[in-house]
Amino acid sequence: MGGFHVVVCGGLVPDPLQVLQPVETEKGPALKNEPMLPAILDPWAAHALYEGDHLVRSREGSRLWWLTLGPKAKLQQLLMTVAQKVPFELVVLDGPAGGFTDAWEAAAALANGIESLPGLDRSRLLVFGGWESASRGAGVTLQMVGERLGIRCQFQGVDELTVLPDGRLRLLERVEGGRHQISVCAGPPAVVGWATGELPEPPNNPQVGMLNMRAAMGALQRATPAQVGVGSIRYLQVEVPEQRRDTRIVKDVPVEEMAREIVEWIRRS
Amino acid sequence: MSGLLMLATVTPGGGLSRSDREAITAARQLAGALGVPWDAGLVGDVPGEAASAAAGAGAERVFAVHGDDFLPSRYETDAAAFEAICRKVGPEYVLAAESARMHRALPGVAYRLGGAVDTHVCGWEKQEAGLVVQRWFYRQRILGRFTREKRPWFLLVDGGVVEPWSGTPREVRYESVPVEVSLDGPATTVEGIRDLAGGEQTIRPDAELLFVAGAGWTKKQADGKTHVAEAEAIIKEFLRLSQASLGGSKSVVDQSQEGQESLSFMTHLHQVGQTGSTPRHPKGLATCCHGEEPHVVGWRFIRERRAVNLDPGCGWAQGKADVLYVADAFEVMAKVNELLRGA
Repeated sequence: MGGFHVVVCGGLVPDPLQVLQPVETEKGPALKNEPMLPAILDPWAAHALYEGDHLVRSREGSRLWWLTLGPKAKLQQLLMTVAQKVPFELVVLDGPAGGFTDAWEAAAALANGIESLPGLDRSRLLVFGGWESASRGAGVTLQMVGERLGIRCQFQGVDELTVLPDGRLRLLERVEGGRHQISVCAGPPAVVGWATGELPEPPNNPQVGMLNMRAAMGALQRATPAQVGVGSIRYLQVEVPEQRRDTRIVKDVPVEEMAREIVEWIRRS
Repeated sequence: MSGLLMLATVTPGGGLSRSDREAITAARQLAGALGVPWDAGLVGDVPGEAASAAAGAGAERVFAVHGDDFLPSRYETDAAAFEAICRKVGPEYVLAAESARMHRALPGVAYRLGGAVDTHVCGWEKQEAGLVVQRWFYRQRILGRFTREKRPWFLLVDGGVVEPWSGTPREVRYESVPVEVSLDGPATTVEGIRDLAGGEQTIRPDAELLFVAGAGWTKKQADGKTHVAEAEAIIKEFLRLSQASLGGSKSVVDQSQEGQESLSFMTHLHQVGQTGSTPRHPKGLATCCHGEEPHVVGWRFIRERRAVNLDPGCGWAQGKADVLYVADAFEVMAKVNELLRGA
């Protein structure tokens, strides 16, 4: 068998340290100053990208695409950091990356994007992505992408993927209680929604960055517009709930007293 | 297309998990709010207790798919089974628990039926606009209320939103729904479940208390040295004595994964917060945690919150915790263990 054709679907999300405020727009809810908010690659999608890179490097004849749906201008900024991590072939769908859009429409855009990849061998295809995003956080898009592509082997919350000597794939998926389910699938095509995986974030590599950026600028110019909106959703209210508590500060008292209070609290039902 | 269908998986032996019993309660409540009848669809082992529980809770009809192919949690067979039940019943609404198995399978089923799906649902009400559901966006930072036109509308309800059903069961005859499985058999084989490396189970979703350890446990202490081994011993003993579930901040989890000196039992599965989980426990005790917003996200659904750290102005604890103990967590938790041991 030849190598894998890995397509990583991953978008940008606001930096988690930013304060998020929802606002109403003509197209539905959005974030205040959304175009200006510093963005990062969605954390679980980033793990998918690193795992995808690891896989294609271990298998000769493999290719790695990063398929991303988001506003072109922001993606260009994001590339300054992501491009230095791992080598990829970038494909851009120019559309909204916010959390209030409909997963159905996002899935349609991504599936069309995958189907249009030149040179893609569907029999060797592995669709990677984060099992949930840090924006919509629904964890449903990849399954719909898989359905659109007719892929019946799907896995979510994956922390490990191993290629067995006979070409089958062994996957560890997160299940309840902090445990993993072990499954073996016949091989590609498959959909893999990654949790954190096992690899640390790769260090920045300026050479990889230069290589990626040379091709990426062309990919940004060729970006396909994607019609993604709120779809069948009608929002009635979107808000940041006020959750301020009156914190009682306990200090300058003996440790024994604090411990006794904590134990009493733990035991109280 | 009418009514509500509750979907659940039958555990080996014919019963239901806690999350699926919560789904029964949610189905009762939602059907009541909508003023519609509800049915149950069960997949897995032969439904004995599960079918009776659903009927006892008010399900008008019970449909089932069972057999060896449908026992394991696997996308291919789960999606086929749930799709077959949905096509048989033709519901307007489909409700299920937010479990790993349902979360993996039902979005694909919703797609096949031309419907819509919303996960992590944490509330609902009937309004003039129709059914309005509530869920969080941006990792529990923004709360949205919305309705949809597409049907069937699949709703996966988060754990802990309602109490698990515990009413009187009622004998019922379920109807088996046939499902065609590929002649080659499923393309995926499930080999089993693996516990966390290290053996000791420290993630306990049903625990009363979540204990979160922050990176402070691994930093230099007053004597200018780190005391990681001591920290491990204190935390492990506390978890054993209190039966709490262990969570970790991103920084402490990253330390473990990047090979720095850290708590050996800490993995990404323990991580709570913006890029981790948002567990639901009645109580939470954070120790040596700093950093504001990402931690609050992880604690969104913890009802009673206390914290131990050395900074009285800690942005994470002030206004977010009910009580902040300003003290050395090593000393406090060692004393807590002593008191728990003496019980």
